[in-house]
Amino acid sequence: MAKALDLAKENLLESSGLDENSIGGVLSSLMVPGVDDAELYFQHSRSESWSLEDGIVKEAGFGVARGVGVRAVAGEKTGFAYSDEIVLPALMDAGAAARAIVQSGGDGQLQAWRKSGRRDLYPEDNPAASMGAPEKVALLRSMDEAARRADARVKQVMVSLSGTHDIVLVAAADGTLTADVRPLVRLNAIVVAEDGGLKERGVSGAGGRFDYNTLLERHDPRELVEEAVRYALLNLEAVPAPAGEMVVVLGPGWPGVLLHEAIGHGLEGDFCRKGTSAFSNRIGERVAAAEVTVVDDGTLPDRRGSLNMDDEGMPTQCTTLIENGVLKGYMQDKLNARLMGAAPTGNGRRQSYAHLPMPRMTNTYMLPGRHDPDEIIRSVDRGIYAANFGGGQVDITSGKFVFSACEAYRIEGGKIAAPVKGVSLVGNGPDVLTRVSLVGNDLKLDDGIGTCGKNGQMVPVGVGQPTMRVDGLTVGGTA
Amino acid sequence: MKTQDFDIAAAREQALSLVAQVLDEAARRNADAAEVSVGRSYGFSATVRMGEVETLEHENDQDFVLTVYFGKRKASVSSSDLRAASVADMVAAACAIAGEVSEDECAGLCDPDDLAAAVADLDLDRPWSLDIAAAVELATECEDSARAAPEIVNSEGASVNTVRALHCYGNSHGFSGGWSGTRHGISCLVVAGDDNGMQRDGWYSLNRYSPRLETPAQVGARAAERAVRRLGARKIASCKAPVLFVPEMARTLFACFVSAVSGPALYRKTTFLQDTLGKRVFPEWLCMDEEPLIPGGLHSAPFDLDGVGTRAHAVVRDGVLDSYVLDSYSARRLGLHTTGNAGGVRNLAVRSNAGGFDDLVAEMGSGLVVTELIGSGINPVTGDYSQGAAGFWVENGALAYPVEEITVAGNLKDMFASVARAGDDVDERASIRCGSLLLPEMTVAGK
Repeated sequence: MAKALDLAKENLLESSGLDENSIGGVLSSLMVPGVDDAELYFQHSRSESWSLEDGIVKEAGFGVARGVGVRAVAGEKTGFAYSDEIVLPALMDAGAAARAIVQSGGDGQLQAWRKSGRRDLYPEDNPAASMGAPEKVALLRSMDEAARRADARVKQVMVSLSGTHDIVLVAAADGTLTADVRPLVRLNAIVVAEDGGLKERGVSGAGGRFDYNTLLERHDPRELVEEAVRYALLNLEAVPAPAGEMVVVLGPGWPGVLLHEAIGHGLEGDFCRKGTSAFSNRIGERVAAAEVTVVDDGTLPDRRGSLNMDDEGMPTQCTTLIENGVLKGYMQDKLNARLMGAAPTGNGRRQSYAHLPMPRMTNTYMLPGRHDPDEIIRSVDRGIYAANFGGGQVDITSGKFVFSACEAYRIEGGKIAAPVKGVSLVGNGPDVLTRVSLVGNDLKLDDGIGTCGKNGQMVPVGVGQPTMRVDGLTVGGTA
Repeated sequence: MKTQDFDIAAAREQALSLVAQVLDEAARRNADAAEVSVGRSYGFSATVRMGEVETLEHENDQDFVLTVYFGKRKASVSSSDLRAASVADMVAAACAIAGEVSEDECAGLCDPDDLAAAVADLDLDRPWSLDIAAAVELATECEDSARAAPEIVNSEGASVNTVRALHCYGNSHGFSGGWSGTRHGISCLVVAGDDNGMQRDGWYSLNRYSPRLETPAQVGARAAERAVRRLGARKIASCKAPVLFVPEMARTLFACFVSAVSGPALYRKTTFLQDTLGKRVFPEWLCMDEEPLIPGGLHSAPFDLDGVGTRAHAVVRDGVLDSYVLDSYSARRLGLHTTGNAGGVRNLAVRSNAGGFDDLVAEMGSGLVVTELIGSGINPVTGDYSQGAAGFWVENGALAYPVEEITVAGNLKDMFASVARAGDDVDERASIRCGSLLLPEMTVAGK
């Protein structure tokens, strides 16, 4: 804990001639009468990327984003400004802009700095430094070779490796003074296979909050790229999917995107406070089958969606969203928790210092049930088995959501049959989980590839679930 | 605080001097060539929700992106930190990374002959003399107008925003130039409700000139009308039916077309429109022209991200693909010439062969109107298309009832070849300007 704060102070404050006193002065100038809270969010983010195409690593890049976001909150009102320059005059200007939400002037009271305990879910070192440039190039080349060796029909391989090191410091008028140092890495493969004039692609990836060496220990790069090859070849054989409502069995892991879209967004505190979510005012109601329990857990070690603290400096936690089919709780940031008279849940997140925080998910997943996955497949006479997904989207007000299957099969007579082409599946968030009839005992979290968009802001997230049978989703095929 | 008080001339001078400084530093480190772009933007937005100010956000961005070339090796860096020492560090980092990558035969700046000869003044910079108090007033008026409808039970708010942005670019061919542009918007998102549930929809107006914006009251009223008409939406039975896409959705189909004929998809051979130059992609009546130099145009720009002068040209003529969409690098990969499209298409206009939305609904007789598409069910390699949708069922040439929780599916290649009508209800807010689009048949999945 002390180490993260010291590192952040050195990088973000001292190098800019600032200290606890001067940022206290800025916060104090923000705390005019009527302002409930004021906050400074300092960030220094460094990222690198290496990509291979046509058998060679010909693109590499490095980026820096550094700045400070200044926020004043009064009741439901928020004033916000940011600066790419971390210097006192820019901070004071941004502060003046942010506190314009209230008209009065004069200095207000600050709470004494409160240095909280902190988790230690991931290493603090910059992942970019964990491997030399020649090794990164060699890694990507070896994956290209593995893909081409896997099958002669592979015609194009694109592999990329990226790493980010994010240092953030949050100082708020309520006494919050805390920091976090966040690594995030990602390895991605896209493969195109061609056979008899037909072409298809396959995509796979893995990542998390660790360095490149840990990434390679957890995910064999050869297996990762071979998985992309497998998808591409499978899709070459796929037949058109059917159209209409049918029984759908969802595979374990990344298909948890369904939970993220169908219920996760609808349980974010901002929508629920404003009453614009299909789940508003429904705490205590049955929204899922009795076998269904869903949590949002930001405290899992080194997962892509995990955080030691959220972007408001609040500790992350494991929040139960649905317990045995009953709606239990919402995900909150400080603003919405205060306005709803609830406790913050460590879900206040933002894309960067140039964006406002709001309630966002971390790692959202369903706990395992009692059923063997094979038994679930055997229970279906005719339907679809969606083993893996692309992305999804939801309209939180109507509750209608969609996600795209990228690996799917017909189920015929309790057996997995022909692969079908990628399709969208649509459903209704508030009732889809009531249609869950069987939950598997094979809970799996995704491989660390998820990015969630909300109001134009992107943040890394995780999802997971066991195999699950849904009695009635609309499958958007053409056959 | 007004965007007109932002000293754009001074910002431009600073940005161009940063361009020169970065190019000098790259040369000092023995880069054979380099290019750099510097961006600045300044503005604010005010959001009013349920009659009260919800957020006031100030925008003040700066960044630069540098690419250095050592022979056929290249590397790129970007940063928001413009302190002199940091900039020098970034140039050094770029030069170091370039030494680690492989040679790419096609890497390099654009051909010097393609550089914009002069930076055309397209009259894109028209600041709005609006302060925050006035923005709050307009946003309030907008939301009030939406909430006046009795069915509107809740609101996500109305926003008024104004931004002034500067784009500067220079490269070691000796080119250096910059231009600035404004962008003003009014938007509103509201929730309609009845015993069956809630529906959310909205509307926005966007322009470089504030007098050309729809009035706040018009934006609010249209947002309300769009949310209210969705109430009582139902699921329909699966069927094959004609589908009419409203302009905002039609342009997402043309966006698939643009990426399918763009450089990266072509040289990677990851497009369902591979080798279609000179071939028929759309019906014979369909023409598409890019018009990047329209004065005051929302997506107009005097030069592209390579410094290449943009020019008006046909992309589709009589249904035949007349030009790919290329930047300098992809053109070199394909043995073709750049089309000035580094950064995408700018004001790509689809010519109409029909009247407006109502005429097309009448012509369709019965079928589906799509007003919203969600999801990521588009395969760029095969053109297979399957998206979640909401809209209206049409009977006897008129909207009968709203529908939701359905999908529309087909293959983009077949969909493009079969387009029956493009309406004259052209939406000029996006980089692709088109009206409603009528397709004779798609698969609709529902109950």
